[in-house]
Amino acid sequence: MNIVTSFLAPIGARTLAFLAVLGRVVLFAGSTLSHMIRPPFYGKEFGQALLSIGWFSLPVVGLTAFFTGGALALQIYSGGARFNAEAVVPSIVAIGMARELGPVLGGLMVAGRVAAAIAAELGTMKVTEQIDALTTLSTNPMKYLTVPRVLAATLTVPLLVAVGDAIGIFGGFLVGTSRLGFDGQVYLLNTVNFLEVWDIGSGMVKGAAFGFIVALMGCYHGMNSGRGAQGVGRATTNAVVSASILILASNYLLTEVFFSS
Amino acid sequence: MIHLTDLHKSFGSKHVLRGADLHVPKGTSTVIIGGSGTGKSVLLKCVLGLVQPDQGTIQVDGRDTGSGDRDAFLAQFGMLFQGGALFDSMSVWQNVAFRLLRGSLKRPKDEARAIAIEKLQRVGLGAEVADQFPAELSGGMQKRVSLARAIAADPKIIFFDEPTTGLDPIMSGVINDLIREIVTEMGATALTITHDMSSVRAIADRVAMLHGGKFRWEGPIAEMDDATDPYLHQFVNGLADGPIETVR
Repeated sequence: MNIVTSFLAPIGARTLAFLAVLGRVVLFAGSTLSHMIRPPFYGKEFGQALLSIGWFSLPVVGLTAFFTGGALALQIYSGGARFNAEAVVPSIVAIGMARELGPVLGGLMVAGRVAAAIAAELGTMKVTEQIDALTTLSTNPMKYLTVPRVLAATLTVPLLVAVGDAIGIFGGFLVGTSRLGFDGQVYLLNTVNFLEVWDIGSGMVKGAAFGFIVALMGCYHGMNSGRGAQGVGRATTNAVVSASILILASNYLLTEVFFSS
Repeated sequence: MIHLTDLHKSFGSKHVLRGADLHVPKGTSTVIIGGSGTGKSVLLKCVLGLVQPDQGTIQVDGRDTGSGDRDAFLAQFGMLFQGGALFDSMSVWQNVAFRLLRGSLKRPKDEARAIAIEKLQRVGLGAEVADQFPAELSGGMQKRVSLARAIAADPKIIFFDEPTTGLDPIMSGVINDLIREIVTEMGATALTITHDMSSVRAIADRVAMLHGGKFRWEGPIAEMDDATDPYLHQFVNGLADGPIETVR
C-alpha cells in the first residue's frame, strides 16, 4: 500500500498543481476579456502596445517568412521530383505558408519576442512594487497593463501573419524563378489560381488566437512573477515556453476545426 | 480615522498578523515600528486592499474598506513606497501627475504638468528634473519624486513605507523633515512604517510597535522612551539582549 501511495502521490500532487495553474490562467483570461468591454479604456497604452507588438515584430516575422518560403520551395521541388510533380511548387508554397507555416512560425517568433518582453517588463514592475503603486493610484493593473497588450496582440498578429504570408510566398517565388527555373508569370498564376480566400482567412484567425495566447501568457507570468531577478527570469522563460506549447496545441485544434471535413 | 480590529493574515504556514488592533486618529502622524518580517508592510497593504486579510475588519472614516466605490476609497490615499515604485517608462512629471492625467481626477495636460512641477518644488526639486526619467535620478531624488507623487492629488491619508531606507543620514533627515512639514501643512493623516528610530522621532505624533503579529505597545511619542514594555525598550534602544530573539 505504501509503495502504491508513494508512487501515486507525486503524480496526484503534480496533477493538482497543474489544474490549479490552469484554473488561474482561465480566470485571468476571463478577467482580461471582461475588462476589455468595460471602461475606462487606455488608448495611449493601446497605441504603444500596437507599435511595440505589431510594428516592431515585423522584421523578425518577415525574415522568418522569407527564408521559410524559400526553403519550402526547395523542399517541395526536390520532394516533388520523385513523382514528377515539380509543378506544384507555387501552389504548395502558397497554401503551406498561408494555412500553416505563416501563422505558426509567425506566432512562435512573436512568442519569443513579445511574450518574453511583456513578462520581463511586468515581472520587473511587480517586484519593484510598480503594480501595487498603480492600484494605489486608482488604476486597475488589468485594465492598464493587460488589456492593451492582449488586445493589441490579438489585432496585430493576424496582420503580421498576412504580411508574413506575402513575404514567404515572395521568398518561394524568388527561389522558384532564380534557382528552380520557373517562369515568373506562370509561378504567380499558379499561386493565385490555387490559393483560396479561406486559406488566408484561416491563417489570420489562427494568428488572432496565437496573438491572444502570446500576450496573455506574457501578462499572466509577468504579473505573477516571483521575487528578485530569478523570479523575473523564471516568469520570462515560463511565458515563452507556455505560449509556444499553447500555440502548437491550439494550431492543431484549429486545423482540426477548419479543415478536418 | 483608521480602525484595524483583530486583523489576521497568513501566507501558507507563516502567520504574519495574529490579531492586530490599531487606531490611527484623524490628522495625526502615527509610526509603526518593528523588526523586519513582523508584518508592517502587509498591514499597510491590507488597508489599501492590495492584500486580503484572512480575518478582522478595517474601517476608514467609519466605513468598511471592502464596501463602496473602490476608486473613491483609493482617491483618499497617497503612498510612498519603499523603493519609490516610480514608473520607469514615464518622465518624472508624468509620474507625479499620474493620477491627474487619468481617471476621476483627470485634468488638462498643461494643468497637470503645472501641479506636478509645483509638487516637485515642494519636495525641493527644480522644474529641470520634470522631463528627466527616474533612472537618471539619485536614490534620494527618486524618493522625493515618489513623495511628490504621493501628495500630488492632496490625499487625506498618506502612507509611508520605510521612507528613509537606503538613504544616507543627511538625505534621511531631509526626507523626514519633508514628511513632517507636508503632513502638518496638509492636515493629512499619516501612517509610516519604519525601523529607523531617527525617522520615528522626526515624524511621529504616536508610535505603535508591532511584534509577533500583534501591537505590543501604542502611545504618544513623548511616552515612548519611558515605556516599560521590554520589547519596546529593546527595540528603541537597539539592544541585542532582550525578549526579541536575534539571529547571530
